[in-house]
This record gives sequence, structure tokens and C-alpha cells, in this order.
Amino acid sequence: MPDLGLDVLLKGQNMVRLLGGLGVALRISLLSVLISLPLGILIGVVMTWKNPVTKVIFRIYLEFIRIMPQMVLLFLVYFGTTRAFGWDLSGETASIIVFSLWGTAEMSDLVRGALISIPKHQYESGAALALGKAQIYFYIIIPQALRRLIPLSINLITRMIKTTSLILMIGVVEVLKVAQQMIEANRMSSPNAAFGIYLVVFLLYFIACWPISLLAKYLEKKWR
Amino acid sequence: MKSFKKIRTRNITVLTAVLMFAFMVTACGSSKDETKAVQGSGEAYRTLDEIKESGTINIGVFSDKNPFGYVDENGEYQGYDVYFAKRLAQDLGVKINFISTEAANRIEYLQTGKVDIILANFTVTEERAQEVDFALPYMNVSLGVVSPNSNVIESLDDLGSDKQVIVISGTTAETYLMKNYPDIPLQKYDSYATAKNALENGNGAAWANDNTEVLAFAQQNKDFTVGIPTLGSQDKIAPAVSKGNTTLLEWINAEIEALAQEQFFHADYEATLADTYGLDYEDSLVVEGGK
Repeated sequence: MPDLGLDVLLKGQNMVRLLGGLGVALRISLLSVLISLPLGILIGVVMTWKNPVTKVIFRIYLEFIRIMPQMVLLFLVYFGTTRAFGWDLSGETASIIVFSLWGTAEMSDLVRGALISIPKHQYESGAALALGKAQIYFYIIIPQALRRLIPLSINLITRMIKTTSLILMIGVVEVLKVAQQMIEANRMSSPNAAFGIYLVVFLLYFIACWPISLLAKYLEKKWR
Repeated sequence: MKSFKKIRTRNITVLTAVLMFAFMVTACGSSKDETKAVQGSGEAYRTLDEIKESGTINIGVFSDKNPFGYVDENGEYQGYDVYFAKRLAQDLGVKINFISTEAANRIEYLQTGKVDIILANFTVTEERAQEVDFALPYMNVSLGVVSPNSNVIESLDDLGSDKQVIVISGTTAETYLMKNYPDIPLQKYDSYATAKNALENGNGAAWANDNTEVLAFAQQNKDFTVGIPTLGSQDKIAPAVSKGNTTLLEWINAEIEALAQEQFFHADYEATLADTYGLDYEDSLVVEGGK
């Protein structure tokens, strides 16, 4: 077996530091997910309204977030708010704000798509059975839309977890930054450590995202 | 009806584009306004007294540039820059809060006052000096040339035109050699690893790169010697503070001058850099007392 420099991980506190970095990444992404799922669902429903004002507002919001690279958004919120308003946000707060804005925008579009994909006759059949508007949504539309949403939102959540690798640019030391620190600190003593450490980082991301996929599979089966 | 709808959606698109454009223009414009705002309120950076009062100084360092600024296996910041940062905090009588910076965001950190000092292997250039204030330098960098012991190249002038010099594309070494020694044929490689292999395999007569890099290479590979330790213009590495933060800048300058008494940066070199670069080049790399 080639030397992967895995011994670097056993030095001092290195493994604990790497897991701590993963903890930071998961804390930021999952907190943002918790904020963006309900907000995204709410805005998604609003976006199906025929009201031109809400349509324009949320369209601009969605397009703005979608066009801007996450890195630019991070810089805008972290440094930009300090320049413009004098707010001294910490790197973590800025990351949570950006990830929530991004997650909400993407989630709302997914919800909108899922809602309009429910055929019109579903609404009409409900109305023919003398169900109220709320009842139609609660018993007919939302259960069906939810099922269509699961794979899409799981995709979004795992993407949010993986994109935390960008927040090292605003000074947050997460798992990838810790990995880079370890590789560089041992540049002379174990030059091959990059392979081993990145391999471990890959496994850590996998371990973090795999249970979410499993949950999605379970829910899809259960709600079939 | 259909055309109506089309017009409306087009209107929405146009409106979106206009709003975005307006946002971008104001975002760009604000970078000029804010310097004024900063001078008016003095909010962007903290003066020396404000730092002392708060009891903590924020210093931006690299966390992955061994041996200048890195984090050891116990999670502690170490390195040449960090050694100096610790001394600054100690003499100021405050606690130190290290912030991990990247090469690309060092100026931004100072301009927003999110750090008080940058000590991240920051090379002094004219462009940067317009954005931040540099204190007195504490280290020299320039180019260097390493060659095999069997045929040490000590001057590029007596290199025959049949001998090739290895460089990494996009580095200062490449630009310097192309400009000043256009007759020397260059062998260009994309990465450190391939250039290193080429030198070891004897594909070129010598390898030109940043002198810290070639010194570190020769230190690890005893078959090679740095024949030319300094080539071309010397660049300085210095601490930087936010533009206009004169109280802090003057204090750092006085501190650097005072530290020359005890040869502080030589001690710093011996503690942090000697393992990588060897003791032979201590005097050519270290700048003591800002001179």
C-alpha cells in the first residue's frame, strides 16, 4: 500500500480538529436548511399566486441569488455589510445568512415547480367533492407535492453541505481548511499527506450526506 | 390575450435587468463613498488606544503557509509571522485573536477593519500601498537559482546559450528571466512537482524560483546547491494596517526599531525558519529594525 500520510491524522489533536471542522460545516449548513425549508415552502406557495407584485419581487430575489456565485454573496454579506452599514458580522453568521438566502430561493422555486405540476383536475375534483380551498391543499395538493419535492430538496440539502467548503474564504475554519492546514503543516515531514487527508475529508462528507439520502429513500417508500 | 401575456413577461424581465444593473452600479459606487464615511466617523479601524482598551488585538495570519503561518497538530498557530504577532500582543499587553486569512482577502480584511494587523507574508507593492498602510519590513524575498552540486551555476551571465533553465509558468521568475535574460532558453512547467522532477532528472541546468522555495529545496536535497541566492529586485515583507491608522502604524514601527536591539527577527528566524531554509541565509532573508 502506498504511503498516504495517514499518520498525520494521528498526530496530536489532528483527528479531533478535523471532526471539529466537520462540525462547523454541518452546524452552518443544517441551521441554514432549518431556516430555508419552511421559508422556501412559504415563498413557493406565494409564487404560485397570480399577483404581479409578489411575482416580480420574488422573481428578482430568485434570479439575483441564482445568478450570483455563492462566493460573491459571501463576500457581499461578510465584507459588504461592514462597508455599507458598519455591521461587524462574524464569518459564521454571514455564512448562515448567505446559505439561508440561497436555500430559501432554491427551495421556493422547487416548491413552486412541484405545486404547478399537480394537474388542474386534482383541484377541480376536490372542489366537486365540496372540499374547501384549505382542505383541497391539505388533503390533495400538499401530500402529492411533498412526494415530488423529496428528491429535489435532498439534492439541495446535500449541495448546501458541500458548498460550505467556500466559507474558508471569509475566515471560517471548517473541515476543508483544517485539512489544508494539516497538509501544509506537514509539508516537509510527510509530503504525500494530501492524498490521505483529502481521502478522509471525502469520507467525512460522504458520512454526513449518506444518512440524508437514506432518510429520503425511506420517506419515498413510506409515502408511496 | 397571448401577446398580452408575452408583453408582460418581457416587461418583468426588463424590469429585473434594470433593477439588477442599478444595484450593481450603486454597489460599485459605494466603494468610493465609503472611504469618505470611514474618515468621517473613524469607525472602520481601531486606533491603538481602542485596541488596548478592548484587551484583544485581531491579527490576520495565514493558517496554511508553513513555515510563515500555520497551525500545528495541537491547533496552535505557529510560524515566523505568528512568532512576531505574539510578541506584538505581549508588548501591547493585550490578548491575541488570530484570524485565518487567504492571499486573496487580506486587503479586504484591513479595509473593513475586521482585523487590526495583517501579518501574512504580505509583500510590499505599490498597488497594495494605495489600499493599506505598510509598516517597516521584517523580511526580504527575491528570486533564487538552484543547480546540481556537480555543476553549480553562480551567475546567469556565464551560462551558455545551450543550457536551459527550468521555471514554473506564471511565476515572477519566468517574467524576470524573459525580460532580463531573453537569450536563456527556458523550460516551463506548470507545477512545482513537475519542475522539481525535471531538475532531479537533469532536464535543465538550473531551476529559478522564489528564493525561499529554492532554499527550502536545497535544504532537503543535499545534491543541489543554491548558487544564486538573490536575483533581481528585492521585495520586502511587512506588517500592514488599515489605511490611515497612524497610531497603530507608528507604534508598530517604533516596536520594530526597538526590537533590533535584541536582534528579535534573528531569534524569530532561528526558531521558525532555520529548519526549512538553513542558517546560511539568515542574514540575506531577515530584515532587522526595518533596514
